[in-house]
Amino acid sequence: MSNKLTAKDFATSQEVRWCPGCGDYAILKAVQKALADAGADPANTAFVSGIGCAARFPYYVETYGFHTIHGRAPTIATGLKLANPDLDVWVVTGDGDSLSIGGNHLMHALRRNVGLKILLFNNEIYGLTKGQYSPTSRVGTKSPSSPKGSVDTPVSPGQVAMGCGAHFFARGVDTDKVGMSDVLKQAHAFVGTSFVEIFQNCIVYNEDVFANFTERKTAANTQLHLKHGEPMLFGENNDKGIRFNQDTWSLEVVDATESPDEVLVHDEGNAVVARLLIDLHLPVAMGVIYRQPAVSFEDAFYAHHPTRMKRTKSIADFIKGPSSWTVE
Amino acid sequence: MNRNNDVESIVIRIAGDSGDGIQLMGSQFAVSTALAGADFATFPDYPAEIRAPVGTTFGVSAYQINLGGGPITTAGDAPEVLVAFNPAALKVSLPMLDRGALVIVNNDTFTARNLAKAGYDNDPREDGTLNDYQVVTADISHLNLEAVKEFGLSKSEGGRCKNFYTLGMLLWMFDRELAPIEAWIQRHLGGKPTMRDANIKALHAGHAFAETAELSANLSQINLPQAEMEPGEYRSITGAEALALGLAAAGELADRSVMFCSYPITPASPLLHRLTNLAEMGVGTFQAEDEIAAIGAAIGASYGGMIGVTSSSGPGIALKTEAMGLAVSAELPLVIINWQRGGPSTGLPTKTEQSDLYQAVYGRNGDTPIPVLSASTSGECFEMAIEATRIALRHMTPVILLADGYLSNAAEPWRIPEISAIEPIASNPVPDSDESPQRRAFTRDAKSHGRAWVTPGMPGLMHRIGGLEKDVVSGHISYDPANHQRMTDLRAAKVDSVADFIDDQAIEQGPDSGDLVVVAWGSTYGPVYQATRRTGVSFIHLRHLNPLPRNLGQLLGRFDKVLVPEMNDGQLTTLLRDELCVEPVPFSKVTGQPFLIRELVGKIEAVRGEAS
Repeated sequence: MSNKLTAKDFATSQEVRWCPGCGDYAILKAVQKALADAGADPANTAFVSGIGCAARFPYYVETYGFHTIHGRAPTIATGLKLANPDLDVWVVTGDGDSLSIGGNHLMHALRRNVGLKILLFNNEIYGLTKGQYSPTSRVGTKSPSSPKGSVDTPVSPGQVAMGCGAHFFARGVDTDKVGMSDVLKQAHAFVGTSFVEIFQNCIVYNEDVFANFTERKTAANTQLHLKHGEPMLFGENNDKGIRFNQDTWSLEVVDATESPDEVLVHDEGNAVVARLLIDLHLPVAMGVIYRQPAVSFEDAFYAHHPTRMKRTKSIADFIKGPSSWTVE
Repeated sequence: MNRNNDVESIVIRIAGDSGDGIQLMGSQFAVSTALAGADFATFPDYPAEIRAPVGTTFGVSAYQINLGGGPITTAGDAPEVLVAFNPAALKVSLPMLDRGALVIVNNDTFTARNLAKAGYDNDPREDGTLNDYQVVTADISHLNLEAVKEFGLSKSEGGRCKNFYTLGMLLWMFDRELAPIEAWIQRHLGGKPTMRDANIKALHAGHAFAETAELSANLSQINLPQAEMEPGEYRSITGAEALALGLAAAGELADRSVMFCSYPITPASPLLHRLTNLAEMGVGTFQAEDEIAAIGAAIGASYGGMIGVTSSSGPGIALKTEAMGLAVSAELPLVIINWQRGGPSTGLPTKTEQSDLYQAVYGRNGDTPIPVLSASTSGECFEMAIEATRIALRHMTPVILLADGYLSNAAEPWRIPEISAIEPIASNPVPDSDESPQRRAFTRDAKSHGRAWVTPGMPGLMHRIGGLEKDVVSGHISYDPANHQRMTDLRAAKVDSVADFIDDQAIEQGPDSGDLVVVAWGSTYGPVYQATRRTGVSFIHLRHLNPLPRNLGQLLGRFDKVLVPEMNDGQLTTLLRDELCVEPVPFSKVTGQPFLIRELVGKIEAVRGEAS
């Protein structure tokens, strides 16, 4: 392409129909920008979604798009990626879509390491069906289907990913432009399944459910932005750090100015620390929490289909089988 | 081929070493006359040497049993089933079999030493020697010894029970009762209580193994019209093989790769296994995590420009239903194969039935028509795979192809078609226009209503598709009431238009008018063909079930009565009544077994009697 595309070139003519103030708007902008920054070819990019508010996403991105059925987007995206491994395939999903009705498909996409970028918009609620509690809702969430408070233990997207053998797990906050930009860039570059949990604010049914760590004013003290090879520091002056407590086998906050040597250095390839980071609360870990490169499913698949699905023999050469006979 | 003409009688040959106790068992069967209806005859075939060397071809001992339901006078000609206890037994017995026979092999004896003794350079289980047969391999020696361990027999005594272990397997596979055999053991081994009990245990253990492993057997389609074999080159083929080759041929004819996505299920899995060998012919296989993922991946592959195919049996097809609606809505090509089995629910996994016709024609939410085809014989699975693909690409729609458990495994002689003589399969071109990509992607052919197949990767044609209703012209989401009416009408017209491209329904045999016509579909073709030939009544066999051929109503109107035999509770009867306002006489059989010719002849004569 002669001219470099901008974020605007990735917007469609379709009117965006999310609720005013929905966190999805910020994510849409971040993704459009990330595509432009990465120099993505719109014709070689496809967005596949399931059902839910998030699943409207493909209509608003000027690439190929497929709005499919509830929970099944990873299956269709897998078929598409196998059919054309050169495509950049993104899956946009919500907490109900990917962790409830589509839990099985998420699990298998992750373990296979299919070359998909899966963006999970986690708002801990069912938005499109009007506010029922979701698989990520905290115990006690009051909703139309749980007026006395939900009783189910919520699922942790990050722990699910680790349990499924995911090779890339990252986190971002819908309105955090800088953080999202970096996470999307890393996810886009990863070969295999990159799974990104985005804390997304549903202003109608679950407003401010993440406010305790997403409020801009306090974010420096409530979020830990991870960078591979750098110490796990946070706080307004990077004065706080994370260390490993050998007695409790857990992570804890330490005064980084007093004990700088005890602060852990982030190693993306360490699955044990990744699991601890996923469970860390205040600060909440953001950025690329885990990355362990491995062969992608499509590469392994094509190793078994060495002709890359191109026909090198005619059926006429094969149809006679091991033995045949003639009737006069 | 000179064979018993009725599936009820099965000739089984059991062959092994002299020391395997085969003649003891065979002769004891032979002397037994106490079994009800004299329902088996045996044919001992043993070596001259009293103690021939173990594992050699001249040491092979065998006997044949004709397990029949009616009076049996001989042990049968070519065995339909061979049990080979060792490589030598396989070597000696294989030439006696017709193509398509069932061969059961005891894996435990296929050692390098035994293979050498039998004169095999390569393992016949792996080198293609058995390609023309249905093969079941099991570790029979080992499984049998485990089963009789509790009786404390010596290894050779215990090993002798494997005859009955194997017979137990066969009785499961052919739906025979255990009781007469058990009674026979009681009588003949009564003096040796330990051996008696061990053999009964082995019989039951073999039966249970076959059930658990879901072993199934379908003998060759012996009812096919052999007399009408056209000159040409023939091979033996099962339905699963023919369908696999048909899909590969369809890919070649359409110049597209084929992506087959499925989840293992009885009796559909043989197709998956066959297709894994066709990578050089542009066929990829993907084993998905479940039935829904299988159809989802197939839809994704079609979206990506390959011919997406999924296959299952009734319960799996039920799970795929929602995704079929997506393919209808998104107007994507897709081939869905249903190897029908007995239902409801898990039902009879290894037994054949035709009871998913309603599911195929009517079974979806919304007004969601899908073309439905069916294959009549194993060989016809080849051409129906091509026909299904042709319709899918021409009309940009999912197509359901109904086969069944019987066709999956049953072998038949098949005239090898000339691929170059088959018309290529065209894809709808992308229109060259200044319209928006969205509109261009939904530009439809005037006759087939099939849209252009625009796939990701094509420059400048980025557009969005999905399961929401879309505008009939622009292809954008539309909730407009009048548009939904137009789209519903369009989807109906699209499927209906398939009938404009297919041949008129022909009469398979018999006069083109008269007192009675028999109308059938699917794998009942063989027995219905024979029954109508014997009785001289007319026979119409359907391959297109939705839409029906345009002339069918007029054709049926020339007969006083329409008899519909089918392996379900009257589903085609309902469909014909619904579509053509005829009132057929239904004839149902849902025993998990194919129709017998004499059952059909009896019914035809009864209906004719009423008619006259």
